[in-house]
Amino acid sequence: MKEQLANIRAQALAAFEAAQSAAELDSLRVQYLGKKGELTAVLKMMGKLSAEERPAMGQLANEVRSALEQALEAKGKELEAKALEDRLKAEALDITVPGKPVKEGHRHPMYIALDEIKDIFIGMGFTVLDGPEVELAELNFDRLNADEGHPSRDWSDTFYFDKDSRVMLRSQTSPMQVRAMDTMELPIRIIAPGRVYRKDEVDATHSPMFHQVEGMVIDKNVTMADLKGTLNTVVEKLYGKGTKTRFRPHHFPFTEPSCEMDVQCHKCGGVGCPTCKGEGWIELLGAGMIHPRVLEMSGIDPNEYSGWAFGIGLERTAMRRFKIADLRLIFENDVRFLEQF
Amino acid sequence: MNLSRKWLSEFVTVDANDKEFAESMTLSGSKVEVTYDLGAEISNVIVGKVLSMERHPDSDHMWICQIDVGPAGTVQIVTGAWNVHVGDLVPVAMDHSTLPGGKKIEKGKLRGVESNGMMCGLYELGLDERDFPYAVITPAAILGDYKPLDKNKPSIPADIQPGHKIYGPVVAARVVEVNADAYSDFEVTLETGDGSCAASTTCPNLHVGDLVAYNTKANTICTLADLHAQQAEFPHCIPDGIFILNEDCKPGDDLKPIIGADDHVVEFEITPNRPDCLSVIGLAREAAATFDVPLRLHEPVVKGGGKGNLMELLDVETPAADLCPRYTARMVRNVKIAPSPKWMRERLRAMGVRPINNIVDITNYVMLEYGQPMHAFDYRYVKGGKIIVRRATEGEHLTTLDGKEHILNANHLVIADEHRAVGLAGIMGGLNSEIVGDTVDVVFESACFDGTCIRKGALALGMRTEASAKFEKGLDPLNTLPAVNRACELVEMLGAGEVLDGTIDILNYVPQPRVLKLEPDRINGLLGTDIAEDEMVAILKKLDFQVEGDQVTVPSWRGDVIGMADLAEEVARFHGYNNIPVTLMRGQTTLGGFSEEEKLERQLGSMCRAMGFDEIITYSFISPTCYDKIRWASDDKRRESFKILNPLGEDTSIMRTTVLPSMLEILTRNYNYRNQDVRLYEVGRIYLPGGPDGLAVENKILSMGAYGEDMDFYTLKGCVEAILKDLRISDVRFVVPQETNPSYHPGRCAQVYAGDRLLGVMGQIHPLVAQNYGVDAQFYCAELELNDLMAAKGADPEYVPLPKFPAVTRDIAVVCDEAVTVGMLEECIRKGAKGLLKDCKLFDIYRGKGVAEGKKSVAFNLVLRADDRSLTSEEADEDVKSILAALEKDLGAVLR
Repeated sequence: MKEQLANIRAQALAAFEAAQSAAELDSLRVQYLGKKGELTAVLKMMGKLSAEERPAMGQLANEVRSALEQALEAKGKELEAKALEDRLKAEALDITVPGKPVKEGHRHPMYIALDEIKDIFIGMGFTVLDGPEVELAELNFDRLNADEGHPSRDWSDTFYFDKDSRVMLRSQTSPMQVRAMDTMELPIRIIAPGRVYRKDEVDATHSPMFHQVEGMVIDKNVTMADLKGTLNTVVEKLYGKGTKTRFRPHHFPFTEPSCEMDVQCHKCGGVGCPTCKGEGWIELLGAGMIHPRVLEMSGIDPNEYSGWAFGIGLERTAMRRFKIADLRLIFENDVRFLEQF
Repeated sequence: MNLSRKWLSEFVTVDANDKEFAESMTLSGSKVEVTYDLGAEISNVIVGKVLSMERHPDSDHMWICQIDVGPAGTVQIVTGAWNVHVGDLVPVAMDHSTLPGGKKIEKGKLRGVESNGMMCGLYELGLDERDFPYAVITPAAILGDYKPLDKNKPSIPADIQPGHKIYGPVVAARVVEVNADAYSDFEVTLETGDGSCAASTTCPNLHVGDLVAYNTKANTICTLADLHAQQAEFPHCIPDGIFILNEDCKPGDDLKPIIGADDHVVEFEITPNRPDCLSVIGLAREAAATFDVPLRLHEPVVKGGGKGNLMELLDVETPAADLCPRYTARMVRNVKIAPSPKWMRERLRAMGVRPINNIVDITNYVMLEYGQPMHAFDYRYVKGGKIIVRRATEGEHLTTLDGKEHILNANHLVIADEHRAVGLAGIMGGLNSEIVGDTVDVVFESACFDGTCIRKGALALGMRTEASAKFEKGLDPLNTLPAVNRACELVEMLGAGEVLDGTIDILNYVPQPRVLKLEPDRINGLLGTDIAEDEMVAILKKLDFQVEGDQVTVPSWRGDVIGMADLAEEVARFHGYNNIPVTLMRGQTTLGGFSEEEKLERQLGSMCRAMGFDEIITYSFISPTCYDKIRWASDDKRRESFKILNPLGEDTSIMRTTVLPSMLEILTRNYNYRNQDVRLYEVGRIYLPGGPDGLAVENKILSMGAYGEDMDFYTLKGCVEAILKDLRISDVRFVVPQETNPSYHPGRCAQVYAGDRLLGVMGQIHPLVAQNYGVDAQFYCAELELNDLMAAKGADPEYVPLPKFPAVTRDIAVVCDEAVTVGMLEECIRKGAKGLLKDCKLFDIYRGKGVAEGKKSVAFNLVLRADDRSLTSEEADEDVKSILAALEKDLGAVLR
């Protein structure tokens, strides 16, 4: 019997080891350990043994059983792992096949630039205002100190809807200054982006419709130094830290002193190149301290309050931001252009 | 405004190159656009003297010249020009020289003979006869050059010999000797067959051996004009050739200073508030202040003494006194019209003004120098010796100097004599009083006219001139007198005429000097600076402001300085904008942010982009024909648009009342570019009549448009539904429009409702509209009103507990008439349910085998659930039974 047990053990272990699949292993389990299995058959003969032999033989049989069970489990795990491995191998994909396309939409580059500007100013406590494009000449010009004789009021420069030149397409976002002064409580910090219209033929740098962002601050003790500080911060955020700027005297009817702000040419670093027409600087925006008369016309006492304002062309900002060479691309809306951003 | 740096240096000495000058002037407020070196293109061109000339052995028209070029020795140059003579001073472009237009000169061979450079004509130096009127060439007709127009009928026989008659008193003669008496004044000895004679001529193209036509009667050598010959008959006897110099120069001298090409020109952008800077003196003042160097102004000195009494000869009346604050005039008699001297011509040219004659040039010179437009009249055409500055009469005619005739009205200001207008005040003189070659007596006008009147007049007549551009900005009335005196001084300096004593000066408006208070604290307060009062005073004084104590007197030419802020700007400009400190805003903090409207716009945009739509930007103005293209009826009320009275063109002439044409245009453009599967969106405005103050109602529309393989009605509908869901809009309905929308496919168009509120429309574009845009593709568009979306927007979400009990699902398929819509079936299913139905989803529509003709089978997936218990099968079946009963009863739809 002892011999028998040893045989079974040896045979079974060899058979288990040779098993190729879980199913084969299972049939081997039945063959050796099942109710009608070989080991069970041997155990059934235990009753015929003497009382002296039985414990030793019993122990041996149990040892064989547990050895077989252990071997079964181990082999089972091994086969399971192999099966998984085979499956995974079979499931392997050519990962260089392109992914299933997801069509993603794109923000227009000019609005990307505008969003950046808005974010910067909102962070500084500015409110974003919106206003009409069909505007009164009174707000676009008179209330901004550009009286009857101002050349920009000419029909050759500005679009009008009536013979009396009363209603027009705003030529600048600056009437939003007046609208803000007329409706908001002091202190005021606003930006007002939007469309403006001038009688320019379409070319690589001109369009009869374009966009500006107006900005205005009115408070007590507002200085030109604040204007410079704020605009410098904006430029650094837009074009990177350390971007050099300079301020030049200029003239706008509704600011005094007035200035234009240049940024150092990104192409040549200020040495002078065709991009900056040899100047080393590129004009970015116009600004200035709000003209006392403009404050007065809106019922704000210029002896108590002061303010500054600026206006920046959005197309130009976006073109510089994304190195877009031709303004016409902005309004052409070719998806091959739009989907680059 | 162009500025000659040579001219500038008469008033101020600035030690800076062009770049430094431009930068400093720009930073002090006179923006420099660009600088030019007038001689930048000319190099290695020097003066040469012709030592000898011999005819080219292999050419009948070229000469080999030996030329003394000073220290560089003698060079041999071959030329085809015939106006050169031994002894002439000529411009020589040496080997490796450059000329205007990028032309490079190098030595070479001409028909085998070495030529070491080129002698230059006026044009080759970038000049013309107006710059050097003395260099005009009138060629003689040289018979050896004669090419008959008709070979068989020559006017001059080829074998003609001296003494042969050509016609009348004209005979052929041979040149035996040519001597230059003076510049372009030649004494020629001729052999006339039977003897010899001498003739003088200005024709410079004669050389020994030439055969010429000699008029025995007039004792002249004939030009082409004398022979009534055409240029083609004498191809080499042309009014062009080498520029023979008549200047004080010697061989080897650099040519540039001789022709005025050593000047540098600075182009300024002068802002409209500074008309005083539209002059050399004005810019000199700015330059002096910028570089902190003295300004040297010059007081004109007029000797006068011309015969006659000005008051007797001329009377001026200004009935339109309000439009003519000041009128100043002087008179010059016995004028000798001639070219002005070289220095004056050079300066005018450098500033971009064409030299004409001494009197006209003087008016232009003074305008450039003083910024005061001047006009010169021929006195003999001022009838009655009276100048009247008046408004034009209605319909009055005047032909201006440019030859254009104008019909005037009372808004125009004219200069007139007793009978008629002789000039458009401040804009342009009249042709009827133009300075011409035989003008004898001249009236110089130096006046100040009302800026707005001149601006409007010039604009109405479409003739904005240099003068009107200055007047329209409002000029300094105190400038007229020095300017007219300067003109008279120049007349005397040029010997151009005799200036009469006295001045006519009518002052209708006497400006009072403006006095402002200097408040250093307020200026520093505005600028955020700490500039000392001394520095402020020094800056103002540099600009000719008078400062006494805290009283600042503004100079008469600074009409733009009216208050404290203006003084602050003057101080800031010369303290340096870039020396103002940089500080951050202080004061009460404010809460920034977006309005609700803008938040909605941003939400819509990000939703569209998530679904693959690209953002576009389209023009707000469209062509009125766009309404036809989208098939709006001709009486459609929506055609009522804001119309631009002065549009750039028809295509951009009205403000759109619909965004559809804009979207269709961009879809079409992309389609034509063969871009595939395009999805676009824009939040665009429409402009409807009826806003406050006569303004527009500017509503925003979410405009979506798409085409491509993956786009159809239901795809776009799904996108619209997703947007509405994102906005938590409830009770959304897609309704067949009661009135057909002409722009959309009648069977594929839906109005979008939230409850009873119409949000917009969507669908496939009508094939005829697509055809109007020239495409045969299916375009899909949606237009949703932002105002309505805002109003229909749902409240912020509130948490609803997740279901605790499982749901039971049932699929049903019913057969119904084609006329029954899925919407009707769904509505009926919801109505028929007994309260357990949570969801109902369409999953199939089937037509064909097994379903009768004219019928369809529609399958739904139903989800039933109770919130408080697990449903039993029986309970679910009960609900489904009720639903099926309703479907059959209401719609005749039976379980398949």
